[in-house]
Amino acid sequence: MADVVLKGVQKNFGALAVVHAIDLSIVHGEFVVLVGPSGCGKSTTLRMIAGLEDISGGTVQIGDRVVNDLPPRDRNISMVFQNYALYPHMTVRENLGFSLHIAKRPKDEIDKAVAAAAEILSLTPLLDRRPGQLSGGQRQRVAMGRAIVRHPDVFLFDEPLSNLDAKLRTQMRVEIKRLHQKVGTTIIYVTHDQVEAMTLADRIVIMRDGHIVQIGTPLDVFERPMNAFVATFIGSPPMNLLPATVHDGQLRLADETTMPVPPGISVRNGRHVQFGVRADNIMPDGHAMPPTAHMAHVDMPVTLTEPLGTETLLFGTLAGTEVQAKMLNPRPVKPGEVLRFGIALDKCHLFDAETGASLRA
Amino acid sequence: MDSALFHRIRRRVLKAAHFFGLFVAMSLICLPGLWVVLNSFRPTVEIMAKPPVWIPNELNLDHYRAMFGGIGEGGVPVLTYFVNSLVISLTSTIIALLVGMAGGYAFARYRIPGKGAIFVSLMVTRAVPGVALSLPLFILYGRLGIIDTHFGMILVYVALNVPFTIWLIDGFFRQVPKELAEAAEIDGCTRWQAFWKVEFPVARAGIASAGIFAFLTSWNEYALASQLTRSLNSKTMPVGLMDFTSQFTLNWGGMCALAVLMIIPALLLTFLVQKHLIAGLTFGGVKG
Ligand SMILES: Nc1ncnc2c1ncn2[C@@H]1O[C@H](COP(=O)(O)OP(=O)(O)OP(=O)(O)O)[C@@H](O)[C@H]1O
Ligand SMILES: [Mg+2]
Repeated sequence: MADVVLKGVQKNFGALAVVHAIDLSIVHGEFVVLVGPSGCGKSTTLRMIAGLEDISGGTVQIGDRVVNDLPPRDRNISMVFQNYALYPHMTVRENLGFSLHIAKRPKDEIDKAVAAAAEILSLTPLLDRRPGQLSGGQRQRVAMGRAIVRHPDVFLFDEPLSNLDAKLRTQMRVEIKRLHQKVGTTIIYVTHDQVEAMTLADRIVIMRDGHIVQIGTPLDVFERPMNAFVATFIGSPPMNLLPATVHDGQLRLADETTMPVPPGISVRNGRHVQFGVRADNIMPDGHAMPPTAHMAHVDMPVTLTEPLGTETLLFGTLAGTEVQAKMLNPRPVKPGEVLRFGIALDKCHLFDAETGASLRA
Repeated sequence: MDSALFHRIRRRVLKAAHFFGLFVAMSLICLPGLWVVLNSFRPTVEIMAKPPVWIPNELNLDHYRAMFGGIGEGGVPVLTYFVNSLVISLTSTIIALLVGMAGGYAFARYRIPGKGAIFVSLMVTRAVPGVALSLPLFILYGRLGIIDTHFGMILVYVALNVPFTIWLIDGFFRQVPKELAEAAEIDGCTRWQAFWKVEFPVARAGIASAGIFAFLTSWNEYALASQLTRSLNSKTMPVGLMDFTSQFTLNWGGMCALAVLMIIPALLLTFLVQKHLIAGLTFGGVKG
């Protein structure tokens, strides 16, 4: 059993604080994804868990040990690096067996473990090649193989897919998920790609500027973002945010368009807010949006369309802000055409205009 | 004209020109060496002939025989010089490499205050011509009583080579991504093991070339050695070459013969180590 618990973990590089007192507990077997924009401290956090970076404050606990002062080799973790960091002077076989070799395990045990890992990752035909003779995807698999050979308590992944092309990335994403189901080890996975985060995670940890902004299941953070940052970061396309003011229970957008305040949100008169609506919740009338009791309607000129096959993204301008809407069972739309859109208010959000905090209780 | 044919001819001509150019360049580089080798095998008369004789009429081993012969008959203590050279060059190379590895690694991996300045000053030491150092060194060594010792020569050559080995090896370690050592540490290595099992083998092509460089510098060095050695105790082969000069004559043939003996180990070593210089091995561990 290896839970991972971070308590008030901080990291300073000299005077520069890059991770501010993070608290996070991860239970055994969980797949946790740290996600956030570039430079928010994801890698640094992961490297502190790995022992590659000194911890400036707080404690990191793996299993029931506080590991702050343990070197990486005593933490029983393995890590997959963004650039794979395969040992170029060793064959794939030697790369896979290196950790067991260092641990002075008997040769037949090493052979067996290497063969098993190679089997899981379909590396068997490549065992005698060197990393230089492998494709990007194959290198990536070797890096994963090297991580699983030793049955660690925790896997750490630092953007393992970011060097692959889009198609391979989707494929490896599935493999990683399958691997997790097979070995059931705790995984902490860093990415700045919210799609990876959504598809892989049991729980997502959203970071920004060295703080944790929100922790939750993928659906949680998608449906109940705690602030405007999470709302725009998670989900594709990002949630539309429109500045608005509250008057007599009505939202007034910048161009005097009014609509009811979304149900379930209470907000006092005169408050400046941002009205948040995802593309999935603003669709042209008659385009298969599940009917709800709380609909608002607006007319909006379409400026651009992006056909995606089963659906089409519509770009329009509403109250001076660019808005993305969605059209299921698409039909051709000419730029400039004004359509009547329905907004499913019960799926919409309000955020404080200044702090960005969600006003949903 | 048929354009495919034209292109083919053009390619052939370019290739021929390429080879010709290389041939000229290589001749310029190799000719003096060939001349030395040639002269070591032919009689003095032919060496001194004017106009020069290009195609030798007679090749023999007279100069070699004489060189290894008794002291009175133009012989020189080749073996002693050779051993001196070898001991001094090898030892100083190994030390310079060890220091270079420690220093280069530290420069490549750790934040060192004033790194740039230290680096520049290391390089500046190399800008001082060796001869300019010979008198101060001579006086210093005289006081210390280490003139004409292996130790003294090794010390000089280590000092001469260390700036360069540090500089070269720093460059090679810089090219080894630090994630390799980190991965090794996670795989169970200590810092020390991570260095020897991963970083060192990956950088060894570079370290080997630094080694060749240091060895050849010491092996060929003359200016300082001619001041700081004086007897069979420590005279190296380049200094030994001067045994062939006397007040009025120069034994060119003998000198060339000794020079050939000097070149052979250097060539051998270069070939042996070159095997390690195949850089292709070191790439591909990381996706760059
Ligand atoms: N060795 C270092 N010295 C000083 N600052 C550093 C160092 N390493 C990282 N930083 C800073 O710490 C911050 C967080 O870096 P980190 O690598 O954790 O970001 P990240 O979230 O992983 O970003 P990315 O998605 O780009 O990988 C950045 O602002 C970075 O500039
Ligand atoms: Mg990172």
